[in-house]
Amino acid sequence: MNPKAPMNASRPLLEVNGLKKHFPLKSGLFGGKKGYVYAVDGVTFAIDKGETLSLVGESGCGKSTVGKAILRLIEPTAGEVFLAGERIDNIPISQLRPMRRRIQVVFQDPFSSLNPRQRVRDIIAEPIVNFGLAANGSELDDRVAELMDKVQLPRDAMKRFPHEFSGGQRQRVGIARALAPGSDIIICDEAVSALDVSVKAQIVNLLSDLQDELGLSLLFISHDLAIVEHLTHRVAVMYLGKIVELADRRTLFATPHHPYTKALLSAVPVPDPTAKRQRIILHGDVPSPINPPSGCRFHTRCPFVFDRCRSEEPQLRRVAGGQMSACHLDEVPDVAVIPKAA
Amino acid sequence: MALLEVENLQTHFATLDGVVRAVEGLSFKIDAGETVAIVGESGCGKSVTSMSILRLIQEPPGKIAGKINFRGRNLLDLPDVEMRKIRGKDISMIFQEPMTSLNPVLTVGRQIGETVRLHEGLTAQEAEKRGIEMLGLVGIPAPERRVKEYPHQLSGGMRQRVMIAMALACNPKLLIADEPTTALDVTIQAQILDLMRDLKTRVGAAIMLITHDLGVVAEMAERVVVMYAGRKVEEATAVQIFGNPQHPYTRGLLGAVPKLGSSLQGHGRTKLTEIQGQVPSLRQRIVGCAFASRCPIVTDVCRQVAPAVEAKTPGHYVACHYAERAVAA
Amino acid sequence: MTSSTLMASGLSVGDVAAAPALPDVLAPRKQRSRIGMFMYRHPTIFVGGLLVALIVAIALLAPLLFTTDPTALAPARRTRAPSAQYWFGTDMLGRDVYSRVLYGSRISLIVGFSVALLASVVGLTIGLLAGFIRILDTVVMRVMDGLQSIPGILLAIALMALTRASVENVIVAIAVTQVPPVSRLVRSVVLSLREQPYVEAAVAAGTRTPIIILKHILPNTLAPVTVQATFICASAMITEATLSFIGAGTPPIIPSWGNIMAEGRALWQVKPYIVFFPAIFLSITVLAVNLLGDGLRDALDPRLAKRI
Repeated sequence: MNPKAPMNASRPLLEVNGLKKHFPLKSGLFGGKKGYVYAVDGVTFAIDKGETLSLVGESGCGKSTVGKAILRLIEPTAGEVFLAGERIDNIPISQLRPMRRRIQVVFQDPFSSLNPRQRVRDIIAEPIVNFGLAANGSELDDRVAELMDKVQLPRDAMKRFPHEFSGGQRQRVGIARALAPGSDIIICDEAVSALDVSVKAQIVNLLSDLQDELGLSLLFISHDLAIVEHLTHRVAVMYLGKIVELADRRTLFATPHHPYTKALLSAVPVPDPTAKRQRIILHGDVPSPINPPSGCRFHTRCPFVFDRCRSEEPQLRRVAGGQMSACHLDEVPDVAVIPKAA
Repeated sequence: MALLEVENLQTHFATLDGVVRAVEGLSFKIDAGETVAIVGESGCGKSVTSMSILRLIQEPPGKIAGKINFRGRNLLDLPDVEMRKIRGKDISMIFQEPMTSLNPVLTVGRQIGETVRLHEGLTAQEAEKRGIEMLGLVGIPAPERRVKEYPHQLSGGMRQRVMIAMALACNPKLLIADEPTTALDVTIQAQILDLMRDLKTRVGAAIMLITHDLGVVAEMAERVVVMYAGRKVEEATAVQIFGNPQHPYTRGLLGAVPKLGSSLQGHGRTKLTEIQGQVPSLRQRIVGCAFASRCPIVTDVCRQVAPAVEAKTPGHYVACHYAERAVAA
Repeated sequence: MTSSTLMASGLSVGDVAAAPALPDVLAPRKQRSRIGMFMYRHPTIFVGGLLVALIVAIALLAPLLFTTDPTALAPARRTRAPSAQYWFGTDMLGRDVYSRVLYGSRISLIVGFSVALLASVVGLTIGLLAGFIRILDTVVMRVMDGLQSIPGILLAIALMALTRASVENVIVAIAVTQVPPVSRLVRSVVLSLREQPYVEAAVAAGTRTPIIILKHILPNTLAPVTVQATFICASAMITEATLSFIGAGTPPIIPSWGNIMAEGRALWQVKPYIVFFPAIFLSITVLAVNLLGDGLRDALDPRLAKRI
């Protein structure tokens, strides 16, 4: 499959525009608001049909919140979300159901993402029943069986309960449920992070195969850059609620622009003891999203920080390599010297 | 003489569903100052091995057999009093979850001090001084202030630094690090790995690193023991393991790990190697090779005879009847 | 032996180095029958369940267990000590204590089970609704706070004072005191279940809220509620006995353990057996139900259920 996503003359399948989610912090006896957690603070991206966009970043960067806000599992604070050109972030929950059929989700934890008291058949059948996609019982059974074949689960798994399966098999059940309503896009929220290495490979391969076969779009939320590189078309790197760099796969991994992306890439341990790499060690910790730093949010840890970074917030803009990056570097001629990393 | 010599270790647990053979006949050595990684997937027995070395296995329902020779003494024969003197002093441990491994109601200075006061009989003032010294050693800024703080006031990375400071406070000969960076973010993981490498040259303790992350192994370890279903399937230097893996399981594991930079070589997406099937149940005695049910080059011999761990080349031990064949395949 | 395949592989069993055989470190598990296995895994459920079953059997079969009419007065044979004829003796009105105690178990069990059922159903309903409807949550939970701030026994006495003494009224009065803890428990379980990925996945899969409550939330609240119900059952039996003992419970005409003890109280120093036998029965019954509850809690706790 071509890593470049098929370009579409019409609008992308999913568009997210300036999405924000601020969680109020309550305090005191009467629940007065003390402040906000700026979990997601203005995130914009789009996903085409058949494309995989990965949202990467460290814990607390807001990547999972983006997924949940798109799914309306939490209500976004501001911004717009369009599915196939239709706005879905502000319509009432009751009118949301047709959209739910098209966007599905696979969660991280294969143990808590399936109801322990439901049989596998009922888990997979649930969305089909919800959207009235099967005329009768036998059609429903056929459809469930077909989905189980797609995710390579044995047919006899149908009558069993989730606890009888291993983590990898349970994740297959979760994927089958996500495919069940004939969805267009699946949000994979750390969908392979909890799995063992060999099982992780099975699930990653399965997701790639399903995408090729069904023309699915994937929003792949992960902290694992090596996995992301394996199955994505484009990557958006998040830091403290904002996208700092957005690029196609090759550009991002070959010529990252933002200092955070570079540090992130250089921090990933490589399974090759002979590899000699220049490592960028970031000092300090990620600041709290309750009081994000002024200016560029990365300025407290950035090895290239200068005065402008502390006062003025950089906008996501196209840079020389062809990607979008939110960094003041390259804009100011006298600090344009960037030490080469990796 | 090796610092630590584990011989034919068996750690079993009596459960309601039968005896679980978590570690079954494991042998390996760690020399002074050496970093050895124990690698394997969840349930392979790597953590149980470390708990067995420190005798932290509850008996019953557990039971440890075999020999664990540490500086010439078999730890399994020591009375509890002697064992307590070794724990935290000669052998110390860093756990995966720094939040639950620290006592939330004691300051970090108190917790570091506790160990040295217990093992070295220092006074409270001396212990606090050592605490500040250790926090400085692990790169915590303003250690004089930080010793008076509680674990919840520290970030995850800082807590793991405190854990390391506690572990190193008594100058241990062996440091057991059980998934020390698994709970941390990748940029923080880089900081901690950097710190551990730096400390190793300065402190000189041997490190037994337990992890499932082959990237961390490649960055840290000199020698690698690969475990599967409670057994050692391969042991060699890190360069040999990654450059010339012999056991089909090691090869499968290495193929299953996506490598950063893969997109720069090929075009489009590449398939990861899958290891088919699942880990066998440890509740029954496994006849033949433990990996036989998932092995791509399995034969009837493998199903009947458990392979001995043999040196295929000097220092490169493999438990596979077809070690050479595996390379050719 | 399949020598042909071995030949084909180029190796035979004799050619390869076998790993040394390892001993059994622990004795292999004993083979147990299904009942034996259940007893071994859940001894408290087994013992508690057996005792509860025994007491239920006694209550049901009371007329067949050599009892006489528990309310039949016989002033001529008052306060007889236990003997071959009157196993537990007779009270100051000449009634057979054995018969009264056996029939009294019916009252205790009816009250215990009814209160447990009533409080669970009402508490479950309130808890489920409060967990899902924010407005209801704040209002109902403050009412529950208010109810809980009154000691249960006082509340029950007050409620009994408003009505006439009857078994039904005792059940309602005790149940009212037990509804707040159950609804509180259910509400907290619901709030944590709502955050579970499988519930979020069901929302994302277009499942409507009533179905989510019925299919995904309710089944997962039943285990903790069942455990709670057994403890309520035990405590309701004690409360009933207490209410009867102080004369605010079942009408004196009905032999309940509390009533028997209340009547025997005056003679406690001279004829202790009148109080002793119902007290022993009450203790054993409460113990049995509590054992059952403890066992169920251990068996149903998902953290303990995942054994190695």
